[in-house]
Amino acid sequence: MKTTELPRWASGFVLPVLNLLSALLVSALVIHLLGESPLESLQILVNSAVVNPEGLSYTLFYASTFVFTGLAVSIAMKAGLFNIGAEGQMYLGGLGLTLAMLSFDATLSAWLLIPLAIVASALFGAGWAFIPGYLQAKRGSHVVVTTIMFNFIAAGLMNFLILKMVPEGDQNPASRVFSDAAAIPQLSTWLPFFGENTPLNLAFLLAIVALAIYWVAVSRSSWGYKLAATGLNAHAAHYAGVRISRTIIVTMLISGGLAGLAAVNSILGSTHYLSLNFPAGAGFIGIAIALMGRQHPVGILLSSVLFGALIQGGFDLSLEKPNIPQETFIFIQGLIILFCGAMENMYAPAFLKLINAARSSGSKG
Amino acid sequence: MQPAVEFRNISKAFGPVRANADVSFSIAKGSIHGVIGENGAGKSTLMSILYGYYHADSGQLVINGAEQKIRSSQEAIALGIGMVHQHFMLVENMTVLDNVMLGAEGGFKLSKKRAETEAKLREICTRYHLDVDPLATISDLSVGAQQRVEILKQIYRSADILILDEPTAVLTTQEIASLFDILRLFKEQGKTIILITHKLGEIMDITDQVTVMRAGRVAGAVATRDTSKEQLANMMVGRPIEGNLPRKPYQPGAPVLQVDGLQLKDANGVQLLADIGLTVRAGEIVAIAGVSGNGQSELMEILSGMRLPSAGSVTMDGKALPFAGRSNADGLPAVFRALGIGHVPEDRLRDGVIKDFTVMQNTVFGYQDRVTKRGLFDFDAIARRCAHLLEQFDVRPKDPNVRIGLLSGGNQQKVVIAREVSAAPKLMLVGQPTRGVDIGTIESIHTQLLRLRDEGVAILLVSTELEEVRALADRIVVMSGGRVTGELPIDEFDTTRIGLLMGGMHKS
Repeated sequence: MKTTELPRWASGFVLPVLNLLSALLVSALVIHLLGESPLESLQILVNSAVVNPEGLSYTLFYASTFVFTGLAVSIAMKAGLFNIGAEGQMYLGGLGLTLAMLSFDATLSAWLLIPLAIVASALFGAGWAFIPGYLQAKRGSHVVVTTIMFNFIAAGLMNFLILKMVPEGDQNPASRVFSDAAAIPQLSTWLPFFGENTPLNLAFLLAIVALAIYWVAVSRSSWGYKLAATGLNAHAAHYAGVRISRTIIVTMLISGGLAGLAAVNSILGSTHYLSLNFPAGAGFIGIAIALMGRQHPVGILLSSVLFGALIQGGFDLSLEKPNIPQETFIFIQGLIILFCGAMENMYAPAFLKLINAARSSGSKG
Repeated sequence: MQPAVEFRNISKAFGPVRANADVSFSIAKGSIHGVIGENGAGKSTLMSILYGYYHADSGQLVINGAEQKIRSSQEAIALGIGMVHQHFMLVENMTVLDNVMLGAEGGFKLSKKRAETEAKLREICTRYHLDVDPLATISDLSVGAQQRVEILKQIYRSADILILDEPTAVLTTQEIASLFDILRLFKEQGKTIILITHKLGEIMDITDQVTVMRAGRVAGAVATRDTSKEQLANMMVGRPIEGNLPRKPYQPGAPVLQVDGLQLKDANGVQLLADIGLTVRAGEIVAIAGVSGNGQSELMEILSGMRLPSAGSVTMDGKALPFAGRSNADGLPAVFRALGIGHVPEDRLRDGVIKDFTVMQNTVFGYQDRVTKRGLFDFDAIARRCAHLLEQFDVRPKDPNVRIGLLSGGNQQKVVIAREVSAAPKLMLVGQPTRGVDIGTIESIHTQLLRLRDEGVAILLVSTELEEVRALADRIVVMSGGRVTGELPIDEFDTTRIGLLMGGMHKS
């Protein structure tokens, strides 16, 4: 029997892996041209990002941020909204968190302070996404355009605000360091395996919880069903009684809230202060993660870990191999996005033929 | 004389579906050859193979005596094969001339070629009585004229074998007549015409030979003069078609839907509906007859809550439908559904289903909040209900997890009807229930609607097919230009009178 559609295991697993390998192959070629051994480089990368426990904990630390930005982009994508603004929403989430900290870190205990900061980051992120969501729902202004603009507005606004927060006499464009009460528990406290002084923290568990909630909401609830209907065919969703504009606004609020939550890991887990441009592209990586993970929670988690590993491993690689610049990570990341996003179905026709050939020979034999 | 086209043992499969299985027949040069069959019978696939869109898995294609492998539509055109699609392939804001030249510009400088082409077009138009101005813009042309442009395009590219896919679906009676005149002229000039249609009347009118397809195979091949509509219909479906479906005697109950003075203006102030008044009572089917685009769609949208009226009163069971105090219809269809209004929308793929959802997901579409426990789907109950509906309404395949977009139009429609009927509505709005649906399925859909009527549901039907109106209606309301132009009981059914009312002749 012939098939015209790839089975789920193929489109969901084999194709992404093939795409990923292609990206790595091209990266290997470039590393070879730079005069280094690709195999050795891969070994260094894997060792540093996965095998070494401390390295692994860094990988998972980066991944925690990416899970949130990846979820933010994914949930909007489910509703047919391309939220390019996770970067700005995360930035604003950091502002919310910082304002909560600066106001209360001297008075409140950690038990109150940290939840408060988490809520504040989500609220600020959501607030920043509300305006594009509202404009899309009520005025038809395309979220792609508005969220891009809001990234720039966020950057300008934060420039202005952070410079106001710099403590007197300090040269660093950042707020003051929060008090010890603001430190989020490190996972290494309970899992000494990861080694001391790694930034992996409670936010990783929060990310896992968020993935689980996302899965239930998107694939088990009527809310997620209406969301997907709106994304796939707004005409039909209207027919089915979905309140389209409310769905758009609520989705953007949740998307922005998730992006805002990404700041918890970056700031509370590591720096403990708000610094200029702290998201450092995590919001944009969220787009790649949503595309590569196909908005599926497991896919989002795996892609987040992959990108985390690339950052961690790429950093060590550039330290050990002077010929390989630090920007190599950005280059590999670009290749992955190219192969997994833009050309995700490149191998589909060939693979389909292969499956059909295998089936027909199987049925003959 | 050797045939123009010969199909030899053509087979083509899409996944588990065998679209064409061992199809063999030939088309005589200089004839009009009809290819008929239900939706999904494999007509379009076969023509797509001839036109180079698909490649046959096996079999040969012989054009004018030589075996050909047609790998693309360019190669088909080079062999003198032209196709007029059901949906026109024209650039709306370009002129006829530019549309014809598109893809055949013949060089960097357009002006010279344009003058040549224009002269040639005028010559073709005169020769074949194609009344088209080469310098007119497509969007200014009527549907019939746009179709003539498509034909012109094929002739210009020296097509000798012309495939027409459901050419009359969008035409008025007069336009059909003039199209047929053109086709007869082509035949006289020695061109070969392949007419794909499901309208048996047209086959009888114009073709010389007919090939009937069923389930991917040739079910029969006859000379038109030796056959009849009935025989063709039986060949198409594979069994005799019932004439009149059984129904209970007409005993309408209390009025369910009452519409009075309904008005609708669009954003530019254009009057789409004017002073519509009608009543639908329990246990009757009121059919709105009319040419498509005369306000029926807008009326159904209003009654289902998808659109707000500008003025007028709409009541159900004596209570006004909740239009008042709203600035838009966002979410209103859910309210109407809760009041017991079912709706089979006329554009199934735009409104009625989500193509990328599974059949099971589509069986709760619109009712998604009724199948939950604390906000989460009760998947067991949904699956049970779905299995029951697929069985009861004979949806094929009976696979709840297949994407509905992969089903045939008829089976998609069965899912929509199953869903709306099973919600036990008091009022059922049904728009074009059998558009793009094959004959066998039409019968099953009609049976379901009549059963609903016999159970006492008030049904408002919109149909552009008078056959369907006659088969289902207890009363007929005719609409034209956004107004009700007449109303008559079914026993006064009279095609001429309805035709005049549809054309806007007011009741006198």
